Amino acid sequence: MRPSTPIPGIQPWVSLEERPACCVPKPLIDVDQLSLHYGQKPAFHNVTLSINQGCITALVGPSGCGKTSFLTSLNRLTDLIPGCRLSGRILLDGLDVLAPHTDVIRLRRRVGMIFQKPNPFPLSIWKNLEFPLREHGLRDREQIAINIQTVLRDVGLWDEVKDRLHSPALALSGGQQQRLCMARALVLSPEVLLMDEPCSALDPLSSGVVEDLIVGLRSRYTVLIVTHNLAQARRIADYAALFWVQNGAGQLIEAGTAKQIFEEPRDPLTAAYVSGMRG
Amino acid sequence: MVKMMERNLDGRELLASTLVWSAVALVTATFCWLLGDIIWHALSHITWTFLTTPPRNAGREGGIGSILISTTLILGVCLGVSVPIGLGTAVLLAEFTTDDSLFGRLTRRSLDVLSGVPSIVFGLFGNAFFCKTLGLGFSILSGGLTLACMVLPILIRSTEEGFRAVPTGYRLSAAALGLSRTTTLVHLLLPAAVPGLLVGLVLGMGRAIAETAALIFTSGYVDRMPESLLDSGRALSIHIFDLSMNVPGGDANAYASALVLVVLLLAINGTASWLAEHWLRRRIVTI
Amino acid sequence: MISLGSNTSSRWQTDQLLLWLLRGVAVIAGTIVLLIVTFLAMEAFPVLRHVGITRFFTDPSWHPAEGLYNLTPMLWGTLFATVGSVLIATPLGILSAVFCHYYAPPAIARPYRRLIELLAGIPSVVYGFWGLVVLVPLIGAIRPPGPSLLAGIVILTIMILPTIALMANASLTNVPQQYVRGAAALGLSRWATIRGVVFPAAKSGLFTGVILGTGRAIGETMAILMVCGNVVQTPDSLFSPIRTLTANIALEMAYALGDHRAALFVSGLVLMAMIAALVAAADWISHGRVHG
Repeated sequence: MRPSTPIPGIQPWVSLEERPACCVPKPLIDVDQLSLHYGQKPAFHNVTLSINQGCITALVGPSGCGKTSFLTSLNRLTDLIPGCRLSGRILLDGLDVLAPHTDVIRLRRRVGMIFQKPNPFPLSIWKNLEFPLREHGLRDREQIAINIQTVLRDVGLWDEVKDRLHSPALALSGGQQQRLCMARALVLSPEVLLMDEPCSALDPLSSGVVEDLIVGLRSRYTVLIVTHNLAQARRIADYAALFWVQNGAGQLIEAGTAKQIFEEPRDPLTAAYVSGMRG
Repeated sequence: MVKMMERNLDGRELLASTLVWSAVALVTATFCWLLGDIIWHALSHITWTFLTTPPRNAGREGGIGSILISTTLILGVCLGVSVPIGLGTAVLLAEFTTDDSLFGRLTRRSLDVLSGVPSIVFGLFGNAFFCKTLGLGFSILSGGLTLACMVLPILIRSTEEGFRAVPTGYRLSAAALGLSRTTTLVHLLLPAAVPGLLVGLVLGMGRAIAETAALIFTSGYVDRMPESLLDSGRALSIHIFDLSMNVPGGDANAYASALVLVVLLLAINGTASWLAEHWLRRRIVTI
Repeated sequence: MISLGSNTSSRWQTDQLLLWLLRGVAVIAGTIVLLIVTFLAMEAFPVLRHVGITRFFTDPSWHPAEGLYNLTPMLWGTLFATVGSVLIATPLGILSAVFCHYYAPPAIARPYRRLIELLAGIPSVVYGFWGLVVLVPLIGAIRPPGPSLLAGIVILTIMILPTIALMANASLTNVPQQYVRGAAALGLSRWATIRGVVFPAAKSGLFTGVILGTGRAIGETMAILMVCGNVVQTPDSLFSPIRTLTANIALEMAYALGDHRAALFVSGLVLMAMIAALVAAADWISHGRVHG
């Protein structure tokens, strides 16, 4: 391998070996032979992948290779899309995610999601967090207040918004909105967090803040993150998986530890893609 | 963090679904009842003779021939007056004023109020202005003019929509070619805005045909065949009203007239929404 | 002045001519409202001068022939009928729109929306006629006489429901899909999403629909005239006959003379004031001054 040369403006990479061990590699999600079709059109085909508990797994690959579709099938958000068919099996800690009798509401509470574009509800900052808590059965006002304050501190938003908790969430800046959305997902204390390019709609500064937050989630949550930014994947991920379009459908090309994918890719496609980033 | 209480969400969800479906069932049932009742009672009465002969014996017998003629004349007067005014105003609002100009704002606001004015108030106004002050008396002309005031807002709004749907590029390129605004308007914008105008026209027609209250004291009750626009003439909707309220034994013909009116309106509104969807590529709420 | 070629100057003149023509036409359109108010006021003026405004509320009864002009029973009639119908039509209309967007299978949603549009197109005299021949006898069988406040409320409900449903439908269409996805990702149930996210986002459109419906209910004349019995009294139950302001005008205008006629124009002015207040309210809402 060629030695890596830092891209100007981005901090030198922390060597992957120096990273604190995130976890014992213990699979939490097992995806087996998963395929997804929109009508007749396949989005991805035959993906088999294990996702380890407490780690950050990055899904990388070019646009349109099914990464986002893969992500949304893990919390069955695909149910919202008419004509969308999933086949294969997903086990979340033994729960058969795709089984028809699975309680999707409970599933989605366990598997939170952050979208590419921040999507706070058109409510106040406080209501954005209180409403999901109440809907999931937390009624104690004091407890609600404690939870909200805790998550707002966790995402570093508390000091910025504590004086205007009851003003509209849509008045926040893009970065603040995205952190509010993270708080909204975290307040339900999920086990898994799915993130669909959470930084790509943000300016570089806010993007950095959100990225630091994601790193802070390691070991407390199992994080899956879709990103187009290979430098970011390399900075934060413990594991990485490369998707690519082959024969008209997205395929999982290679998965492994981030170190292996970025430094000793086995598949020539991975090597090309990863080195493409190195220019 | 904190353990949340498990709670049965299904109860509320079930209640909401039940409410939604029962609301829908109620609305659908009422609608079917209403339309079914009218069709059931009316269908056997509607013949070619019914549509062409004038009413006899206060409308209990005979048909609605003269009524249809009066209705058409009232409608003709209404559209003949309102279309030029509506088109001109829409052109001015869409092409020659900015959204924040005082004139534009005032005109728009006054049209908003106009669209909310109850039809009976139009009736009062028509009676005082057209019948008395202008001396037109109870006549087709008075009725048509009153209705013209009433349909103006709807006509202007959808015509304006039509003009706004024309891409700005047209105007810019016409201006760049040094065309005058009149030429641009006549040769470029007007043809492109025709769908909006048509939708407005059809919606206005529907509004005018459905109207009763504004016509009682402007076009009057006389059910004879009108000889001129200054004669009083009875519109179809007034005919239904009169038969059902003031003529014992008029129900059968009232049913038949109601079906004719409903069919006319369904055809008109259907045309409007078809035009809006296929030509204008936007939905216009028909209210 | 820069000299222009004759061709250019004539074109400029055409443009000016057109502009003034359009302005003239727009002034006509814009002043109709003023004209209406002026004529109502002019016709109402004589009675307002002899009788004054307060007697329209304090006179013992409405007997214009004897110079008694109490409008309050009719005001109550209008108020009860309007409030009753808005209270029923609002949930039905909004639930209808919710149905089309979030509950109905696509094969049902479209026909149902068409059906609502059809309802919107049926003229008031037909509703009134149906009320008269079907509804009134039905109510009369339960509790005589039949023509009643209840009949009025039911007919008005059917009439304003499409207005509210179509406006609600339009505002639900404008709710961004990302809110719904966000709510689903948080594991919120369908109803929780609608109540907690969709309704707040569509709030101003929903309110506008209700206000439009209220305006229609206040102004409705023929249908209410045909089913309400038209007895001048403040109703004491749902089954008592009532007379609304609009029905009063329609009934008496045909023979009213002098002060009586003027008194009817006063009720016209009252109606105009109500509508103006509603337009102002709609305006206030659409400028987003309502926050939850």
